[in-house]
Amino acid sequence: MSTWTKIAPLTDIPKLGSRVVRTAKGDIGVFRTEDDRVFALNNSCPHKGGPLSQGIVYGDKVACPLHSWKISLIDGKAEEPDVGETACFAVKVEDGMVFLDIPS
Amino acid sequence: MKKMKLVVVGNGMAGMRTVEELLKIAPDLYEITVFGDEPHPNYNRIMLSPVLAGEQTIDDIILNTREWYAEHNITLHTGKRIAKIDRTRRIAYAEDGTEAEYDRMLLATGSTPFMLPIPGKELDGVIGFRDIKDVDTMIDTAKTHKHAVVIGGGLLGLEAANGLKIQGMEVTVVHIGGWLLERQLDKTAGKMLQKSLEAKGLSFLLEKHTEQILGKNGRVIGVRFKDGSEIAADLVVMAVGIRPNYALAESAGIHCNRGIVVNDTMQTYDPRIYSVGECVAHRGISYGLVAPLFEMAKVCATHLANFGIGLYKGSVTSTKLKVTGIDLFSAGDFSGTDGAEEIVLHDAVGGVYKKLVIKDDKIIGSVLYGDTTDGSWYFQLLRDGKPIHEIRDHLMFGQDSLGNTGHQGQDKASSMTDEMEVCGCNGVCKGSIVKAIKSQGLFTIDEVKKQTKAGSSCGSCTGLVEQILASTLGGGYAPPSTSKAVCGCSDFNHEEVRDEIRKHKYLSIPDAMKGMGWRTPNGCATCRPALNYYLISTWPHEAKDDPQSRFINERVHANIQKDGTYSVVPRMYGGVTTPDQLRKIADVADKYAVPMVKVTGGQRIDLLGVKKEDLLDMWKDLDMPSGYAYGKSIRTVKTCVGSEFCRFGTQNSTQLGIDIEKAFDHMWAPHKVKFAVSGCPRNCAESGIKDVGVIGVDSGWEIYVGGNGGIKTEVAQFLCKVKTAEEVIEYSGAFIQIYREEARYLDRTVHWIERVGLDYVKKRILEDAEGRKAAYERLMFALQGATDPWAERANQRETHKEFDTITV
Repeated sequence: MSTWTKIAPLTDIPKLGSRVVRTAKGDIGVFRTEDDRVFALNNSCPHKGGPLSQGIVYGDKVACPLHSWKISLIDGKAEEPDVGETACFAVKVEDGMVFLDIPS
Repeated sequence: MKKMKLVVVGNGMAGMRTVEELLKIAPDLYEITVFGDEPHPNYNRIMLSPVLAGEQTIDDIILNTREWYAEHNITLHTGKRIAKIDRTRRIAYAEDGTEAEYDRMLLATGSTPFMLPIPGKELDGVIGFRDIKDVDTMIDTAKTHKHAVVIGGGLLGLEAANGLKIQGMEVTVVHIGGWLLERQLDKTAGKMLQKSLEAKGLSFLLEKHTEQILGKNGRVIGVRFKDGSEIAADLVVMAVGIRPNYALAESAGIHCNRGIVVNDTMQTYDPRIYSVGECVAHRGISYGLVAPLFEMAKVCATHLANFGIGLYKGSVTSTKLKVTGIDLFSAGDFSGTDGAEEIVLHDAVGGVYKKLVIKDDKIIGSVLYGDTTDGSWYFQLLRDGKPIHEIRDHLMFGQDSLGNTGHQGQDKASSMTDEMEVCGCNGVCKGSIVKAIKSQGLFTIDEVKKQTKAGSSCGSCTGLVEQILASTLGGGYAPPSTSKAVCGCSDFNHEEVRDEIRKHKYLSIPDAMKGMGWRTPNGCATCRPALNYYLISTWPHEAKDDPQSRFINERVHANIQKDGTYSVVPRMYGGVTTPDQLRKIADVADKYAVPMVKVTGGQRIDLLGVKKEDLLDMWKDLDMPSGYAYGKSIRTVKTCVGSEFCRFGTQNSTQLGIDIEKAFDHMWAPHKVKFAVSGCPRNCAESGIKDVGVIGVDSGWEIYVGGNGGIKTEVAQFLCKVKTAEEVIEYSGAFIQIYREEARYLDRTVHWIERVGLDYVKKRILEDAEGRKAAYERLMFALQGATDPWAERANQRETHKEFDTITV
């Protein structure tokens, strides 16, 4: 069952940036691309758990701030040759407001 | 739109490298068909010697598997030789009747071994050393026969001889010249090489002209020479050179002259047809080493992609011999032509020989035997045509470039065992690097870094990794050019980017990317921080600083730690603090339950383990300015107590340190910048290993630049001596400003000086008083009105939401 939770206005997330959403299940990074697409990933790099939300966002990827693994915002997978994957969450924008599907 | 058709004739390393480069920049432009006359997919030809020597298998050296071709929708025809090209109808015909239409064609037909035109060359057991088939023949013959003769004492011949010896044969190398590898080595080194190879059990016949190959029942039994002597042979390998394969091109009416003639864009006389690899004659030269082929591939791909910017201007090549246990390197013109000087080091007993050939203040050639540690460095100096007078007196002793920490003090890759750790950051040992190079077909330092992680963190072991790569690849290795693209998003190098920004007055990253034709919509984590720095340093107060293009530390003005917490280091100008400051720091540490309070190497206090959401409150409570301990910026000015207290002090170093730190506060730079001021030559502030180190003497101040105490310890070099503290600030400010304006992003001052030379720095700072003052003024202008980032953020929380977490 989907449980859409209102997060923040889209304008509160900088373009090519992110915000951290603290949930009972842990931190989720919500990212905004240059063309205003929004993605949500578990805020933990598959490498050594670095907070992905703090990385540099480019295209539809984020570079982890700890060791620069490149993680796809679309499917949470690490760019080759690194191997690993972090969880993705559903996210949507309606009337300029960002909603996150937080699994219960 | 219908895709264009690209037909590639030749499924070898040059052709497929071009296809790979093409797919990187224009993956959807062509429907690609590849023809190869060998039955295998593309393999790493330069690894045939290790296969022959039993160190590798055929499967290990496959570069592109059949699955790879399928994945990229490439139609692959193996075992099919193209017999005819109809350029009017634009169709290629294979010998078996297969046809392929093309809009563009790439000829990469390679070369064949030159077979001496002597009687008996057609006998069974007389072969070249070119492909998997030849290697199979050698290995099979070694199982049943004893005597092998290799004709040709060049690189290929010696590698073949070494492999056959390992396969158990008695091997004689016949060579027409007076010493081995006469195109790569001078006589001294050639004789040393011969001695080492004889110790491995090889025999040599020098200055011998082969007249005839003797046979019986259609199979080789011996070799006869012009002087009438004969030796027995069950296998003869001809390794006397290669000939470009251009018969196909010639038959299609394409202009050839001992190779397929191409221009600097790798285009043949038919504009639809390009050519790369050993089959081409570029400016009259055909190359038989892999490094030039890759350079050609890169250029050719940009033109095939309709992105025509690259030019191939020929290659200077270097050579290494892939025979285990023999260290040999040669590059350029080592024969010593008119007006050339030589620096020679020769230890006959120790088995070391080094010769550098110098002309007009530049290295033009080098031969190294026994110790090739500095081969790539010399080669780089040679290729870049760098003046060497500043380093001439210690040139022969090498760059000493290999990291001194993290790999047990090793500086020679060859003396390391497979189990020894090369990269201390990522725990990568030598064996795994060698394995990755061989089995994954790696050719560049960047590829090795990416695949193995060795050298990808602090970089101190890069020199070792480079040596391992060079000795594993042999002639296939080309050191990276010192001028390279900022990243894969563009072909502009750092200097070109800076020039463009200045010339077109770009003031924002999107404008700069658009103007310079960036290939990606918004760059990557490598180019964006560099662009951001270049913009703000070129156009202070005008260019837009983009926080999203800064690394997290500079975005939030704190240093991220492994667990995602931050560290907070307030400024303590000159390392001087007060009881009041200390009390405040103690209170803050208590209030926010800071897990660790530590004194830093830069004479200040670090509060570690702070949560991001506490940063603003903490800064407000601290009410001290940011120490920029996290930035590519001015860090600290380390000082000793100086003449105020010290009985030896000659100058007030503490006060000058405070003044410098205040004068240059808030300054962004290509990398971190550290200063130190000592009050006497005892140098308690360690001025000798700082970007700018100042040492007080009785009559004034000495200024040293380009020191570094980090990954690789570098001693700062003397710049000048001045009388007053004001002069120190002006001179060092001008130095830093020119570094800010001209160094590449992520260059420390030492790297920048290494490239431009200390003479250049002296010219700008010492000989040009007007220029110095102007540079200092530009720095002061850039810093004008700069404010403390902590206070600004703590007082304007609303505009800095990134510090707050959204809780649901």
